[in-house]
Amino acid sequence: MTPQSAFMVCATLDSTRRAELEQLLTSMTSLPGQADPANALIPFGAFERLHFARIVILEDLAAGAEAPPPYLAFLGDCDGDGDAFLHELAERTPDGLRRVFGYCRDFQPGTNLLRWMQDHATPPATYYVNWVGRTVRQVREEAALRAALVAYLREHAAVLPQQPPREIRARLIAFVAAERQAGRLSLTQPTSTPPGWQLRNILHAAGVALALLALAPFLLLGLPFYLIRLRQLERSDAEITPRPAAAHLAALGAIEDHDVSNQFSAYGSIKPGRFRYWTLVFLLWVVNATTRHIYTRGRLARVPSIHFARWVFLEGGRRLFFASNYDGSLDSYMDDFINKVAWGLNLVFSNGVGYPKTNFLILGGAKDEQKFKYYIRRRQLVTSVWYKAYPGLTAYDLARNSAIRAAIEASAMTEAETRRFLQMV
Amino acid sequence: MPTPATDAADIQGLVRSGYGQLTAARFLLLRIADTVAARAWLEAAPVTSMAHLDTPQEGTLNIALTCEGLRALRLPEQALGGFSAEFLSGMAGDESRSRRLGDIGANAPDRWRWGTATHMPHLLLLLYATPERLQDWMRTVMAPPWDSAFTVLELLQTATLDQHEPFGFLDGVSQPTIDWTGKPDPAESAHETYSNLVATGEMLLGYPNEYGKYTDRPLLDPALDPAALLPPAEDHPERHDLGRNGCYLVFRQLQQDVGGFWRFLDNEVGGNAEARTRLAEAIVGRQISGAPLLPQTGGPIPGVGPDTDDIRQNSFTFDADADGLVCPLGAHIRRANPRNADLPPGTRGTLSRLLRDLGLVHQALRDDLISSTRFHRMLRRGRDYGVQMSPEAALRAPAAAEAGLHFICLNANISRQFEFVQGAWLAGIAFDGLTGERDPLTAPREGLPGGPPAGVFTMAQTSGLNRRIAGLPQFVTVRGGAYFFLPGLRALRWIAGVHG
Ligand code: HEM
Repeated sequence: MTPQSAFMVCATLDSTRRAELEQLLTSMTSLPGQADPANALIPFGAFERLHFARIVILEDLAAGAEAPPPYLAFLGDCDGDGDAFLHELAERTPDGLRRVFGYCRDFQPGTNLLRWMQDHATPPATYYVNWVGRTVRQVREEAALRAALVAYLREHAAVLPQQPPREIRARLIAFVAAERQAGRLSLTQPTSTPPGWQLRNILHAAGVALALLALAPFLLLGLPFYLIRLRQLERSDAEITPRPAAAHLAALGAIEDHDVSNQFSAYGSIKPGRFRYWTLVFLLWVVNATTRHIYTRGRLARVPSIHFARWVFLEGGRRLFFASNYDGSLDSYMDDFINKVAWGLNLVFSNGVGYPKTNFLILGGAKDEQKFKYYIRRRQLVTSVWYKAYPGLTAYDLARNSAIRAAIEASAMTEAETRRFLQMV
Repeated sequence: MPTPATDAADIQGLVRSGYGQLTAARFLLLRIADTVAARAWLEAAPVTSMAHLDTPQEGTLNIALTCEGLRALRLPEQALGGFSAEFLSGMAGDESRSRRLGDIGANAPDRWRWGTATHMPHLLLLLYATPERLQDWMRTVMAPPWDSAFTVLELLQTATLDQHEPFGFLDGVSQPTIDWTGKPDPAESAHETYSNLVATGEMLLGYPNEYGKYTDRPLLDPALDPAALLPPAEDHPERHDLGRNGCYLVFRQLQQDVGGFWRFLDNEVGGNAEARTRLAEAIVGRQISGAPLLPQTGGPIPGVGPDTDDIRQNSFTFDADADGLVCPLGAHIRRANPRNADLPPGTRGTLSRLLRDLGLVHQALRDDLISSTRFHRMLRRGRDYGVQMSPEAALRAPAAAEAGLHFICLNANISRQFEFVQGAWLAGIAFDGLTGERDPLTAPREGLPGGPPAGVFTMAQTSGLNRRIAGLPQFVTVRGGAYFFLPGLRALRWIAGVHG
């Protein structure tokens, strides 16, 4: 099994040359905001381990005049180790990366690219992977498998429906075997898990459990005081939810819905004071433990439509960056947020300046639908370049394709299982 | 209809009824030629309210305005800026909206007859009457200073109402029922099963919606309304509510290729009339007669009935047909109203809900893919137009005269209701786990950029192997459209009276 990793390189932008950079980034796209996989600067499509990637300028849109200079961020999700992927990037597309990072303040022509990227690598506080262990290669092979099966069924639509389900499956299995023989399909077996990964994962889970256990008495003792302070703040914290500007909405809309999936990048200030900061540090740590150990098989709590997501602290914990890749339009994404995981979003985002009022961190907040949507849209960034390795496929499609493959590879199936398998194809 | 009398006299009649008794209708798209005259005409216009409908009417009139229309009437910016972003930008206002709504290819706004640029209407007049009274009623409505006030952009005819849309299906079968009793129940347990009741605020501005909140709308400084024509806003009593008792009206002129529809299906089933009908019914998700494909499920559904036809036609959900074996997952009515609840079927009680929310129960692959329906409902008020004919006649007629649907729906939040249903569910290319298919009845067939066309329709079968039709042609083409504001009567008078 090959685990997935996040990588992110983030450095202060030389704002004076921003317009020029934006032009350069546009040259990497085929449709607005959509990366051309074979673009001359960073040909994302050539990296077989890369699921998603994006280049985005991080600026605090809601901060107005006090906003610090923006960052340039390059981030993505890959199979295997993130640092190893930076190596691969530096090795294979040094010129393109140099041109892009050349717009950062501290990047000089003589800078050692790899070292510079490593110096500016920014790890997430929380990282979510839809399906831990599913590689790009697997996704593509399984998509090809389903497409081949659908085509085969169409071709034999005159005779197959009269066959009993098991006979149909037997024929499909024989067809797949022949296609593999002929080299038209491949279904690579998963490579072995990197040594120590399993053990580290178990130790991490145990460590979190032990830490929570050890902290429990203090947390419990402190809880009443915490809640009193929290309620004070929740009552007095200002909601700042004006409507987003029409031009901003139009710019966001222009880069959305070119595929079944979309990107989401948002950036904003954390409420001042240690209380909110430590609340966030603790919560993101807990959430990260759940995404690492519980939500690893297709769903983040109730939400099935997120491929990858992360929260990243920036500026020494004064600001928070959220990035995700999700299926459907922003409207349906927000719908999921509000109606399925409002509590989870509230936990984190209510520590951001201006968020709609929450009660006890989890109630209210996103349930104030319109204010929440305004809040989100106002902090959402126009991602300059976004790459997805498997256009047209939703997270559900990926899971279904894996199930189809499992059924093709399974040794025996009951009649009912066979019917369910055929319905998936 | 338990609303206070002041509100009933303020709400336009179309909210309450599609005027089924008045079988003739004309929809007029107007541009304002002279602002002063237009205002004078508007102030005196015989607009039908909900209260009027307590007594039988021979002719009714309802009026709605586009953003451009409000501008032409010189509405103050403060008032205009309070309308929703979608309304301000318009149905054809930007490419990303068109992309989401499926207004691409043959549906693209640059091919529309009306709804863009100089063909953008300012006003929509909806006139209904009995067939023999229609001409008289039109003359009554077009009273001076009509001629100097407006130019007529389009005079849209409708077919005499016979309850069947041009493909031949019984229409107007399922509608949400407005819950006039006040705030929706905030308890999560109240939304564990499908309900056909929706909060007043889902259809009308100025009332709490399904979230228990007030949808954004223009609220005015009292200074802008010195005569206090407008009521105070319930949520901001110090401001005057221009939205109260109004809503947004979405209008799309949808041409239906009736011949193409029946010919394709006929060909698909090798000319068997019975199979052709079954296939059409699978595409729609109902029988031609309006009867549901699914048997009645469980107990009564809140908001369905007491009318016996309604109970017969709408006492079902798709819970027992999760795999689409009876009604295909991609059928039109299943996309347009998935009839689900806030939580997947079988979630009952606090513990079960908690485990669901935390994602700690085993979920089948296809569980919980669709958003909760109650936030995405609308009142449909369309009428069809053109020559109506039977499937047999349509098969024979090679190039029939144009027919279609003047699709009209009412809602309080265009983006969450109409646009969501149209974009995510009907035109959506990945609805409920389907791959590469959009609504088989109404959607365009363009695929994603670089991908295959989305002309597929999958029907799951009990025997296992899916029945899948590929190469569906497009049956419905958008010919025009716009977003309108259907104001309350007091708001309409305020709009007519403003002097800027
Ligand atoms: C020419 C285009 C269309 C045709 C021929 C058509 C036809 C039908 C038919 C036959 C029904 C079932 C009968 C009924 O419940 O009234 C129906 C239901 C419905 N349609 Fe359409 N329709 C069209 C366009 C649209 C559009 C554009 C929308 C929304 C964006 C829409 C939304 C609905 C809804 C919400 C229902 C009720 C579903 C339910 O509650 O069960 N339709 N339509």
